Amino acid sequence: MVELTPDMKCAPSEDVVARMIEDELIIVPLVAGIGDMDDELYTMNETGKAIWSRLDGEKSLRAIADDLATEFEAPPGQIEKDVLGLMTELVQRKMVVVR
Amino acid sequence: MDGQDGDCEAATPMTYIKKLKPHEFSIWKNKSPLLGQLDIELTERCNNNCIHCCINLPEYDDARNREMETAFVKDLITQTADLGCMTVRFTGGEPLLREDFAELYEFTRRRGMRVILFTNARLITPEVAGLLAKMPPGRVVEVTVYGMRPESYERAVGRKGAFAEFRRGITLLEEYRIPFIVKAALLPCMKDDLAEFESWAHTIPWMDKAPGYSMNFDLRSRRDDPAKNARIAKLRATPEETVAMLSRNPLYLKSMKQFCGKFMGPPGDKLFSCGAGHGTCVDAYGKAQMCMGLRDPMTVCDVRAVPLKTILEELFPAMRESAVATSPEYLNRCALCFLKGLCEQCPAKSWMEYGTLDTPVEYLCAVAHAQAHYLGLLKDGENAWEIAGEDWRERVAQFTRDDAR
Repeated sequence: MVELTPDMKCAPSEDVVARMIEDELIIVPLVAGIGDMDDELYTMNETGKAIWSRLDGEKSLRAIADDLATEFEAPPGQIEKDVLGLMTELVQRKMVVVR
Repeated sequence: MDGQDGDCEAATPMTYIKKLKPHEFSIWKNKSPLLGQLDIELTERCNNNCIHCCINLPEYDDARNREMETAFVKDLITQTADLGCMTVRFTGGEPLLREDFAELYEFTRRRGMRVILFTNARLITPEVAGLLAKMPPGRVVEVTVYGMRPESYERAVGRKGAFAEFRRGITLLEEYRIPFIVKAALLPCMKDDLAEFESWAHTIPWMDKAPGYSMNFDLRSRRDDPAKNARIAKLRATPEETVAMLSRNPLYLKSMKQFCGKFMGPPGDKLFSCGAGHGTCVDAYGKAQMCMGLRDPMTVCDVRAVPLKTILEELFPAMRESAVATSPEYLNRCALCFLKGLCEQCPAKSWMEYGTLDTPVEYLCAVAHAQAHYLGLLKDGENAWEIAGEDWRERVAQFTRDDAR
């Protein structure tokens, strides 16, 4: 398992499609092995949506956390923890790749 | 930031992301999507020439030149995704006849929609199976079966060698672990194969219920072949055979009690009391139909000229609202008939049979009456449209609470 650090850069995997429907972020797996079943879909909470929308493979996870901390006027350390937590989960699920 | 419900300290796995199984899919909250599923007939051509088919054209028919081109289908799929639709069903004809099938399939999946594929499986090649394995459709492939041995299968589909190709397709689906289910056309030549078909269906891991059967076959839905219509009519299950077939299912009575408790009652003069126009089926030439069966040119909209959203938001609702029956036969029978929920009478069936939207289809009326008689809702010789309101309500109530049956 990859140990993520704040300096890493991540991007959405080409094996998923992200759709915004009714203000919900829906992640649709395209290939086998992402979900437990082939017909599963995923949705994210507000934190997840805010982080996902900033994943471009260019910004580091720390830069994304700083950006969010500014926007939401929240402690950067806590935001960074959120970002790393979500990215760890998404990398494990093969929804995000580390660049 | 809200790790979960505003508590960012509680960030644990699955805090941010939630799995949704299809039956839990609730993003639409308290409203319905404008388009829950798009049906696309990629072609009316088919490599089978089934004796009962209401739509098929020959594999190399000139109709190919009029079919939607690849770019147009992609635009249609993009419009569909933009409406928030989650599922596209590819049907036909045989959709795998389209040389661009793989391209359209992958395009649809990459727009984040799941795909339902209706096929006879004859054109499932290693390449098609490989694609479906690499990029699963997200919904089971649905294969129609016409026989369990070469003689019966090929008598139904009118093509030598078709059975071997069908079996090869099924073998590939199994080898590549593509989830599929089977259903059958209950033709006379299939009847001797029924037990074998059901035994086999039972072994297919993705079959979570008994296979479905088509037996009350539609006439040609473009009203293009009176001679074939006469042959199709002879292949239809009789009303009695229909009831016998339906009632073989041990869950039939239970499900009918639930169904009748909800859906019985006279429809009045409104023609579209069904779901027609709440979604759409786009035919092979880019015409949006209110349902898969309704091809009356007066009721279709050209997707080349009008955006799908406008058709679904404005044109179809206007048609649904304004369409009322005027035929005295309909108004004196169907409009008053409490078997509406049991009867397949609808504008599409009426158009296929008679070329109007409101002529009662005698065959469907007889099938509905036979079912109602079997369920104890009608007595010998009764016409359902002559049963008064209080009477039919009491009959339905008694049937739904009758635990003895």
